[in-house]
Amino acid sequence: MKRSKDPCGRRRVRIASNLCILPSLLGVLIFFLIPFGIVVYYSMINNPNTKQFVGLSNYIKLFSNNAFLAAAKNTGLFSAVSVPLALVLSLALAVMLERNIPGKSAFRTFFLSPLMVPTASVVLVWQVLFHNHGTINQIIEHFGGHGVDWLKSSHGQIILICMFLWKNLGYNMILFMAALAGIPKDILEVAELEGAGRIYQFFHIKLRYLSPTIVFVLILSMINSFKIFREVYLLTGDYPYDKLYMLQHFMNNTFASLDYQKLSAAAVLFAAVMIVIIAVLLISENIFGKDVEN
Amino acid sequence: MTRLKRRRAGDAVCTVVAILAAFLFLMPTVLTIANSFMTSSEIAANYGAMFSNMTDDKKVFISENVNLKFIPDKVTLDQYKAVLLKSPDYLMKFWNSVILTVPITFFQLLVAVFASYGFARSKGKIKAIIFFAYIILMLMPYQVTLVPNFLVAEFIKTTITNIFYPNGQIPNGLANMRWAIILPGIFSPFSIFLLTKAMKRIPVAYTEAARLDGAGELQILFRIYLPLCRGALVSVAMLVFIDFWNMVEQPLILMKDANYHPLSVFLSQINTGDVGLAFAVGVVYMVPTILMFLYGEDDLVEGITYSGGIKG
Repeated sequence: MKRSKDPCGRRRVRIASNLCILPSLLGVLIFFLIPFGIVVYYSMINNPNTKQFVGLSNYIKLFSNNAFLAAAKNTGLFSAVSVPLALVLSLALAVMLERNIPGKSAFRTFFLSPLMVPTASVVLVWQVLFHNHGTINQIIEHFGGHGVDWLKSSHGQIILICMFLWKNLGYNMILFMAALAGIPKDILEVAELEGAGRIYQFFHIKLRYLSPTIVFVLILSMINSFKIFREVYLLTGDYPYDKLYMLQHFMNNTFASLDYQKLSAAAVLFAAVMIVIIAVLLISENIFGKDVEN
Repeated sequence: MTRLKRRRAGDAVCTVVAILAAFLFLMPTVLTIANSFMTSSEIAANYGAMFSNMTDDKKVFISENVNLKFIPDKVTLDQYKAVLLKSPDYLMKFWNSVILTVPITFFQLLVAVFASYGFARSKGKIKAIIFFAYIILMLMPYQVTLVPNFLVAEFIKTTITNIFYPNGQIPNGLANMRWAIILPGIFSPFSIFLLTKAMKRIPVAYTEAARLDGAGELQILFRIYLPLCRGALVSVAMLVFIDFWNMVEQPLILMKDANYHPLSVFLSQINTGDVGLAFAVGVVYMVPTILMFLYGEDDLVEGITYSGGIKG
């Protein structure tokens, strides 16, 4: 079927669709893009009054700031562990629900439910579980081990990883379930006829078809891993144990001292790092998943 | 034959693992609900060790260890009575959450419905660039976006104060900074991303047919696009709602007056407050989102499915 060639009609559609986008575009420009430009500018001047251009010296100062380095290290460590774990475990859940097990839709509901439970509602249970005299330590001691004061030790990040996985696995699992269902059946049938085992099929066929979803889940989990501050704040308040001191804590403190230069430099640096990571992921997906895309 | 047997054994193992996983996923929620029906003395006995800074001689009354219990000794609604009737503070904070989250969800969807229609209905180089910018913005964490938000909020506040209230007496509506959270929230591009993807799935033939029958652009949007995207709309509404219902970062930075903080922030101070009520407050706080989940789970799943993949 040919599309309508009527130029007048097309023009009307174009104008209408531009008008539809306009309110959103204005909002994004006013609240995000233009002020972000100002943030970039602020990151390169010495202070808002004299406005002297100082190049990258705010960034260099940031790298000699111990609080920033600690926050970046903790946040980086948390993301580096929790994001791959989230990927592997949610894929495992999705593969598991692909099998012939009873009550599949109930399991889907159970795994997805933490997404819709407010973090603040259940934070007390997590505190009870990981308290010095709490449930986990009681179990450990029951089997003859030695408990640790989780929230006040270098193991504190383990609690965060548990909370992060609990909340986010369901969403990723749904993405993987949809992607698994979208793999062409005939390819898998041919592979089966040719004698390919389940494991071979998974690693050599399914994973390739899943690569766009894998990249998306990686990006999404990374974004969500930066929201872990919520959990830390609810568990420990303003002043957590050092290992739980996150980038958002650093930002809060810098906001409190109204140090715009430091704040701007940190925000711009963070944005740049994010863009580089996302670009690398997208490019590697293009290389890895090229031959299965039509 | 052996292959079939092996597969059956695998299924059995998977079922067991799934049941164990389901237990872990449900436990925090179920425990919170179960504990909300305990008497305050039982809570004190079970969890007193966590929160009290009592001297040692007083500690004999409460157990040294923290006992996590699934089933209350005595089921009571006392906690709920206390939260709903006797402690207006919690209800005020709940209301603070509502008055921030509901406008953000409603207006973000309104803006997004039109914008996504614009992106899905006609293509062009500039639109593709704008959409890509939206995706990048969507992927930016709060640590990046809050700095611009803060600058704009300060700018708006000082400008309005200088023009309209030069004596410095600014009205409450401006001083409480709710708008500073709501306005950027409305233009957050997440729902546009998801709705555009859902709308792009609608076959061009539908709109062509409607146009031939004389339908205008608004009619096409409201009579064809929106009904076909119902699942995605419900899903976006739920995801936006829960994200802002959980908010912690924005109020901490943008709102200086803790009286206007939402319950999601206030609940962290429960350690120093009344522990006996914390579980009931937690349950009250999860009621809206749990109801949404039970009512709209299928739509939610459909919407999440649309969100997969940055491209196309």
